Amino acid sequence: MEYSMIPEIGHFALILALGVSIIQGALPLIGAQQGRREWLVLARPATQISFVLLAISFAILAWCFYVNDFSVLYVAEHSNSQLPTVYRLGAVWGGHEGSLLLWIFLLTGWAFAVAQLSKTLDEFMVARVLGVLGLVATGLLLFVLATSNPFERLLPAAQDGRSLNPLLQDPGLVFHPPMLYMGYVGFSVAFAFAIASLLSGKLDAAWARWSRPWTTTAWIFLTLGIALGSWWAYYELGWGGWWFWDPVENASFMPWLIGTALLHSLAVTEKRGGFKNWTVLLAIIAFSMSLLGTFLVRSGVLTSVHAFATDPRRGIFILILLSLVVGSSLFLYALRAPKSTLGGAFSLMSRETLMLLGNVFLVVAAGSVLLGTLYPLLIDALNLGKISVGPPYFNAVFVPIMVPALFLLAIGPWANWKSTNLNALLKRLWLAAVVAVVAAILIPRMMGEFTILTALGFLLSFWIIASGVLQIIRQFKAGKPTRSFIGMQLGHIGIAVFVIGVTMVGAYQEEKDVRMAPGDIVSVGGYQIRLLEVRPAQGPNYQATRGTFELGRHGKAEEVLYPEKRNYDSSTMPMTEAAINAGLTRDIYISLGEPLEGNAWAVRVYYKPFVDWIWGGCLLMALGGLFAVLDKRYRLRLKK
Amino acid sequence: MKAKFVIPLILFIVLVGFLAVGLNRDPREVPSPLINKPAPAFKVSQLADPSTSFSPEDLKGQVWVLNVWASWCVACREEHPMLVEMSKSQVAPLIGLDYKDKRADAMEMLARQGNPYNLSAFDNDGRVGINYGVYGVPETYVIDKAGIIRFKQIGPITKEVLEKSMYPIIAQLKKE
Amino acid sequence: MNIKFIKLQQLLSCICLALFIHIAHADEAAPLASDPVLEQRLVSISEEMRCLVCQNESLSGSRSELAQDLRREIRDLIKQGKTDAEIRSFMVDRYGDFILFRPPVKPTTWLLWIGPFVLMFAGIVALLMYLRRRNTQVATTSLSDDENKRIDALLRDDK
Repeated sequence: MEYSMIPEIGHFALILALGVSIIQGALPLIGAQQGRREWLVLARPATQISFVLLAISFAILAWCFYVNDFSVLYVAEHSNSQLPTVYRLGAVWGGHEGSLLLWIFLLTGWAFAVAQLSKTLDEFMVARVLGVLGLVATGLLLFVLATSNPFERLLPAAQDGRSLNPLLQDPGLVFHPPMLYMGYVGFSVAFAFAIASLLSGKLDAAWARWSRPWTTTAWIFLTLGIALGSWWAYYELGWGGWWFWDPVENASFMPWLIGTALLHSLAVTEKRGGFKNWTVLLAIIAFSMSLLGTFLVRSGVLTSVHAFATDPRRGIFILILLSLVVGSSLFLYALRAPKSTLGGAFSLMSRETLMLLGNVFLVVAAGSVLLGTLYPLLIDALNLGKISVGPPYFNAVFVPIMVPALFLLAIGPWANWKSTNLNALLKRLWLAAVVAVVAAILIPRMMGEFTILTALGFLLSFWIIASGVLQIIRQFKAGKPTRSFIGMQLGHIGIAVFVIGVTMVGAYQEEKDVRMAPGDIVSVGGYQIRLLEVRPAQGPNYQATRGTFELGRHGKAEEVLYPEKRNYDSSTMPMTEAAINAGLTRDIYISLGEPLEGNAWAVRVYYKPFVDWIWGGCLLMALGGLFAVLDKRYRLRLKK
Repeated sequence: MKAKFVIPLILFIVLVGFLAVGLNRDPREVPSPLINKPAPAFKVSQLADPSTSFSPEDLKGQVWVLNVWASWCVACREEHPMLVEMSKSQVAPLIGLDYKDKRADAMEMLARQGNPYNLSAFDNDGRVGINYGVYGVPETYVIDKAGIIRFKQIGPITKEVLEKSMYPIIAQLKKE
Repeated sequence: MNIKFIKLQQLLSCICLALFIHIAHADEAAPLASDPVLEQRLVSISEEMRCLVCQNESLSGSRSELAQDLRREIRDLIKQGKTDAEIRSFMVDRYGDFILFRPPVKPTTWLLWIGPFVLMFAGIVALLMYLRRRNTQVATTSLSDDENKRIDALLRDDK
């Protein structure tokens, strides 16, 4: 039987890439230390070659999936000839080895972008930044080649593959990991800049100015990636939840919290030269969280819905990698940070203070999530028993920490740099306060139930929105706003929108579990849902039972929905495909359950008010980030 | 090196320490809170003969082993040879608890693979299992003369478990 | 005459409404659970428990057999009049603290429950102390707009 040699080329490309990464990592860094220019200049070409090699390797893996090459073990384990093409491509990152390859491919991609867009940057700095990125890539490539080679062969080849977990056969899968990894991996750039400046001993405001757009871009992707994951879980898992404080979700949320703190800290460092040590530390921690997350998902140390198939060797390897990268960074930090100089002075009541305070809340929040996520492990390791830490804990702890942060959000932008008058500040905000209080009292009444928690949610969100609107009005009186300003407003208002969504859905959603025969109606949220019929249906790789439901209001039919219960050829667990009628102010969500006697079915329907505002808020935040990155200050650099 | 700048590094080292220990633990395993507590009482019919019954009271004064199994359980087939070996060695009475099974299927499996049990109790609806904290099959308990649970094995019994854990514990309990 | 007409209208509306309600009632889907109040309590209790088979799901949502059996047990306990705390004890006695998503507050979890708030308090205090100390040291390494423009120019010249 003829086996294709193409996978071997992919494998070889990785080996070559390892060699190039070692060069990219070692020589420029040593060169910068010793002033050897001929080694410094290797940084850019090495980075470019790395990227091309990884691109080839990744493209080849994708090709193997596309042509159904089941002589490659990874393809046989995660794909199937009946799998629709788009999911075959998504399956490339559906398992441990492929997703790791995606990780490294994106890492070299970011490094490539830095190499191309840093022509005006001091060449010692370029060498160090790319060097650090090269070292990280080296570590990961060693890991892949030693324990997780996606090109391992299966000889003789399988007749057909095992196929992809039906849960992952969904458009969400195609976008969620790449988006998420772009964010995770993107923080490596801020990390590299931080290390480079520690190495050079020059911790100044110029470094912050360079780091900022890269960090913001990574943050945008991470925001979108997390939002996508949440939205995907909502519509795919069949019971309407959107966040479970699952360890792997937390593993992506912690870098996001730190990243948000980092964004704000960078702003202060750039503008006022302050907090350099703190910002550098945050940059190190943000990427460390990314690496920690990678460890948690792949080591088997925590139970999680996302956990990849584990192998103790892999866990040890990543832990060593994590220890080396983060340990050496923090050691370097301990050595060099004390030497940096302070920025400008500012009084206790100033924008700097408020932003630092916000930082404290974000970092404490991240720390709490870390504590909760790792606590079961901690207790088990100390032989003190076995406990679970689930949503009740995280909700109880996270919300109180975030409340003051949200409150500050509306005040911060009004404060002046260096020093601000508290009374003048409060005078500007009285209108916003009034709006907030009115909303807090009125909206719960309108929705039918008043609780302290819901009132608080509306109080904070409208406080932020009203403050934002007042800022916009004030800005327009002063002249055309900068993109940076628009970005800030979108970002902050995005959070408020998010909070409204969470509050509404949390407090006012309706759920009904009913028994329906054709002709029956169930009412929820002011809508009537009538079951018309249930009959079998066929998909490319599954058999289904499909319900036809008519959604209407006041006797008028608005839409027909088709929830399904699917039995995939490759799996024994039936899958629920909920049908959702999405709207700006509510989702109607129908889930088909088990068949009952008498030609009836168990049906679950939800009315979820404003649930799409949760992800809408995230989109606004990401959009805000985009505006911030496209600010004129950075475009000047791009042109070069 | 100023002290406060070393704090992140120290915290990280502590973290890595815990993660390293964690690599050797199984986060999914649910240890039993019933160790050193009385074996929950029950009275159910026996698998072979529905008219007869079994209760842990029947074995008071003896050290005995309760093995939770089912005909639909794949891992039970893996541990079957170990059970046969244990019953041949006659160290302690081996009582089966047939969990959420059909009588016919269970009898057939014993006929096909051999019956290592002195007898099997029939836990049709799983209530006995719940009282014993059973969350998967197979699981095995060693119960002492006073009716206290002294050991629980989660998952199939391997040769190592039998020789390193169960036989020594049974021997020790018999001396008490 | 107008009044009579209105009264007739009202009468007809009532009849139509009554008919409509009757029709709607006849078609209205029955709740799956025989006792919705009990089910509500079951959901709120089991939501905070972990399914031991599908360990990432709650006891409320999991479709595994063990979850169904345990939900049946909880239903029985509710019918027997047990309180929420008693039902939780029932589960913990058999499966340990692992089954609870909300970790119980005991000496081994004090750090978990208190930690975040201690951290927040410590963070704010540390910040205030840092700020006070900082204001006694004044340095100047921030970049003004002019300085920024000069840097750009220099960098541009430098290839």
